[in-house]
Amino acid sequence: MGKEMKKTFVEKVLNGKQGEIVEVSPDFILSHDNTRAIRDKFLKLGIDRIKDNKKPVIVLDHTIPAANEKYASNHKIIREFVNEQGIEYFYDINSKGGICHQVLSEKGFALPGAIILGADSHTTTYGAFGAFSAGIGRSEVAALWAMDSIWLRVPESIKIVIHGKPRPYISAKDIVLYIIGKIKADGALYKSIEFSGNVVEEMSIASRMVLTNMAAEMGAKNAYIMPDKKTLDYVDSIHKKAFIPVYPDEGCDYERVLEFDVSEIEPQVAFPHNVDNVRSIEDAEGIEVNQVLLGTCTNGRLEDLSRAAQVISGRRVSEHVRFLVIPASWEIYRQALKQGILSTLIDAGAVILNSGCGPCLGAHMGILAKGEKVASTSNRNFKGRMGSTEAEIYLVSPETAAATAIEGKIANPRKYL
Amino acid sequence: MQIKGHIFKYGDDINTDVIFPGRYTYVSMSSEELATHALEDLDPLFSKEVRKGDVIVAGKNFGMGSSREQAATSLVACGIGAIIAKSFSRIFFRNAINNGLLVIIQKDVYDIAEKNDLVEIDTENGIIKVNGKVFPFSPYPAHLMDIIEAGGLLNLVKRKLHEGS
Repeated sequence: MGKEMKKTFVEKVLNGKQGEIVEVSPDFILSHDNTRAIRDKFLKLGIDRIKDNKKPVIVLDHTIPAANEKYASNHKIIREFVNEQGIEYFYDINSKGGICHQVLSEKGFALPGAIILGADSHTTTYGAFGAFSAGIGRSEVAALWAMDSIWLRVPESIKIVIHGKPRPYISAKDIVLYIIGKIKADGALYKSIEFSGNVVEEMSIASRMVLTNMAAEMGAKNAYIMPDKKTLDYVDSIHKKAFIPVYPDEGCDYERVLEFDVSEIEPQVAFPHNVDNVRSIEDAEGIEVNQVLLGTCTNGRLEDLSRAAQVISGRRVSEHVRFLVIPASWEIYRQALKQGILSTLIDAGAVILNSGCGPCLGAHMGILAKGEKVASTSNRNFKGRMGSTEAEIYLVSPETAAATAIEGKIANPRKYL
Repeated sequence: MQIKGHIFKYGDDINTDVIFPGRYTYVSMSSEELATHALEDLDPLFSKEVRKGDVIVAGKNFGMGSSREQAATSLVACGIGAIIAKSFSRIFFRNAINNGLLVIIQKDVYDIAEKNDLVEIDTENGIIKVNGKVFPFSPYPAHLMDIIEAGGLLNLVKRKLHEGS
């Protein structure tokens, strides 16, 4: 078999060569609170029905429960539209829901070989399951509802190999921040990233989701991790439709292969106001913060809450800090409750908020005032993202978030081992 | 298509939160209101100074971050005629095209253009004129030009949907 016949993951799943424009019909189409705006665009097309009402997956998560009348009215219009169209997969504000990327993962939409397009930039997350998933705009979702087809350019692929043996308390977040710090926010612009290497193979599904979620912050179109037994076990009892895993051919054409040994790295911190402004924790230790946020589609999973609880167990949150904890879904909330993780966090002084995007995008539940600083496990630290344009956001791992909550200033969790 | 206007110049990695802040993202707004918030957190004077046909010149990775379409539509609403950047973030690029906003990848304009300079863009011939210099750019592939010429993706979809009926 010649090299020209060997294909990358995206070449196979999108059925085209690198650089080629292909028409794609996705398995699922994600939207969230922006469904109202998409509905308005859809209705202007002059048709009544969504072409395939089993494809949209709508999850209310961005500002839930509604923070004011405008949001409430948006949610109401979305509910009415869902009923009119007979949309099968709708996750309203109740204990089945949570943040869209967690809900699609734990409810069996994120499947090996599936194509998922969504009106959210972190749609890249489902690559952790071996899906092709990419963010698109609102107009494109409206067009997809109408036509069930959209153009995509088959991207070139970058293989990122992560190897070594990370030190204790070094998590997937530290590893991915380290990589973003090296390759920068446009390091994978328009590209498909295939993550591999022994560190990725040994990671839990939750940790792999941190890598594929943060791939958006490298500019990637999508990210991919080869499905293995862990993946197949995870989706086995929950999958919403039949699926066929897709694997890249050995010896396929990568634009670049980047190798990272993460054996020596310390906890990583992204300084304001760009995700690629990454430094090792030594440079950040001692920076006083007013708030710590543990949660979001990046780091709100059971593993994240559990590791933070491990660091903070038997200790107290600093009196100068508001430690906000947001489980990524109600399923995670329930499990964290059962396992006593939430009580450990509450006993230490944390505030547990209901599952959703929370203050990550600056809409409600923990907005920052002028001059305030936050250590956050979220994925973006852009100026003004969480409130005042004069606030500062430092991105960290769940372990670092917990250590920072204890000290009231950015702290290395490794001292709490 | 011919575009002529004055330049607003910004640097690298201009993100969607400073183009259109998250605090407004899930609020339904008129086009006039959208226009007042464009680039609010980066350049508060922008929405007051901008004139129809003006052009943004920027560095690499313009529009990085969120998929929010208002990052493109708010710039359309305030009359921006085109954006010339060293590179664009991919979702922003799609959103711009899908709303009929001309986005041009051209690496050299940035170094010689300054704020308020007059720029002329000729899409048929693929040239940008600024400060007495001429810069070529690659024309769009046909399928993208179809979207731009239709005035955006949804106009094109609408036409296709009603062609058969």
